[in-house]
Amino acid sequence: MAKARTSPLRSSLVHAALIIYTVIALFPVFLTVINSFKDRASIFRNPLGLPNETSFSLIGYETVLKQGDFTLYFQNSLIVTSVSIFFVLLFGAMAAFALSEYRFRGNSLMGLYLALGIMIPIRLGTVAILQGMVATGLVNTLTALILVYTAQGLPLAVFILTEFMRTVSDDLKNAGRIDGLSEYSIFFRLVLPLVRPAMATVAVFTMIPIWNDLWFPLILAPSDATKTVTLGSQVFIGQFVTNWNAVLAALTLAILPVLALYFLFSRQLIRGITSGAVK
Amino acid sequence: MSTADYSQSDKGQDKRARRWHILVFLLPAVIVYTAIMILPLAETLRLSLFNVVDGQSVFVGFGNFQTLFGEPRWSDSFWNALRNNFVFFVIHMLVQNPIGVALAALLSVPKLRFGAFYRTALFLPTLLSFVIVGFIWKLILSPIWGVSPYLMDLVGLKSMFSPWLGKPSSALITVSLISVWQNIGIPTMLIYASMLSIPEEVLEAAECDGITGWSQFWKIKLPLILPSIGIISILTFVGNFNAFDLIYTVQGALAGPDGSTDILGTLLYRTFFGFQLQIGDKSMGATIATVMFLIILTGVCIYLFAIQRRMRRYQF
Repeated sequence: MAKARTSPLRSSLVHAALIIYTVIALFPVFLTVINSFKDRASIFRNPLGLPNETSFSLIGYETVLKQGDFTLYFQNSLIVTSVSIFFVLLFGAMAAFALSEYRFRGNSLMGLYLALGIMIPIRLGTVAILQGMVATGLVNTLTALILVYTAQGLPLAVFILTEFMRTVSDDLKNAGRIDGLSEYSIFFRLVLPLVRPAMATVAVFTMIPIWNDLWFPLILAPSDATKTVTLGSQVFIGQFVTNWNAVLAALTLAILPVLALYFLFSRQLIRGITSGAVK
Repeated sequence: MSTADYSQSDKGQDKRARRWHILVFLLPAVIVYTAIMILPLAETLRLSLFNVVDGQSVFVGFGNFQTLFGEPRWSDSFWNALRNNFVFFVIHMLVQNPIGVALAALLSVPKLRFGAFYRTALFLPTLLSFVIVGFIWKLILSPIWGVSPYLMDLVGLKSMFSPWLGKPSSALITVSLISVWQNIGIPTMLIYASMLSIPEEVLEAAECDGITGWSQFWKIKLPLILPSIGIISILTFVGNFNAFDLIYTVQGALAGPDGSTDILGTLLYRTFFGFQLQIGDKSMGATIATVMFLIILTGVCIYLFAIQRRMRRYQF
């Protein structure tokens, strides 16, 4: 039986197919990164060659770092993403705790209400969101983005965390109650530490769309002081279409943080997906 | 509350005390979610029934929709965007999801070596922002750089190269395939997860009956992962009818050449926010957003009521 499953021919075919697709997935990224370290002539003469002594050049990076406010954009993205994740996790976990722990009238209705946003994209409300932000004077502030992303992340966070909190043992919580812990301490001191793995999964799922979003920064916060990295590179690259060194360097700089985060979190992320957290 | 019915009042107090906790736990999430998501969504739907006449907001019923569907100035670009959006979706369904299922089937081969490496690599494009993906492919497909003709020359297909993104006949397909390249990680991982959850006994039983390899995939695994295929289909549907970023990055807000890659998301952006000579129109923007909302809602309902119910039968 085991032989039938792992015959060498079949397994090498499997590997061949997977390697072909891996190349397709990684090649464009690889091509961008290696060419960003080459001088202009070599980018065109030998696009597939690795940078060597004669072709190595950092001219693109120099242009980018001189011209763009990339540190500021990077900082904006970092603030928006981390503050939004913080609120999504805090508010999401609190709501999930209420839904999973207490029986009250309208519990399942509330769960359904909060789950609506999983399927209906928040983008469709943009017209009125912009109107509201103009009315409250929040246009071109990071606060506007944080509010929108918090609302966008909450439905999935509540959904996933509710499922996880149902698995926390009741005995533990009741023991805490007998010891005189308030409901708040039970939540913050007993339950939250136990659902930390689920929180990490939610954090990664929340982070990716926020970091990569172009729509809301473009509409709610396009000013120079509030541009995120995604919008900043969009505008910047658009200006430098003919300066290939700069474009490739800017792309590489935009890829690097994502790559770094991915290698830190990829196990968490893939385990999160495959454990059925998003089903 | 008198001391006479002490036990009852205690119970009542207990309940009320608990209710406060519940409220405190629920309120922040409900307030943010309602204020930033639900109310604007409702307001957008409401705005679609109004239009500005002489600087005043006037109720026009379904007038905006009539304009959008029937008045040539609007309807041409609307039907064009809707048609393109359907093509965009169909290409995803025909290319992204079958390849995703195939990759998941390969990844779930028992005792696969380097499995973690393949999974990490396959999921990488999904994490990159649309901006990065869009520009990378724009560069690669650019006839100026010449990477694509060079690569096609290696396999003797150089004569078939053309600036695909610049031609109205091929631009939409090209953009869709770029989007497929980026998003394929999601169906792959979800299907992979559901293949891992198929009980080992079922596969062993199949092998005892002589069903292995190819026929095992078709007869055993595929029926069992149908619910997940339903999920990835609806995720693809919602994602595609809400797409904007990639097309904006690759083809600009005008979704050129000649509107051939215009989909509802880019149309909504231009209409509501304005672009170049076009002035932003809030009412028509809200109308387009409402149409998108109804399309997505219809898709979700079809999924929930028809497909998921039928597929449940296959689940354990």
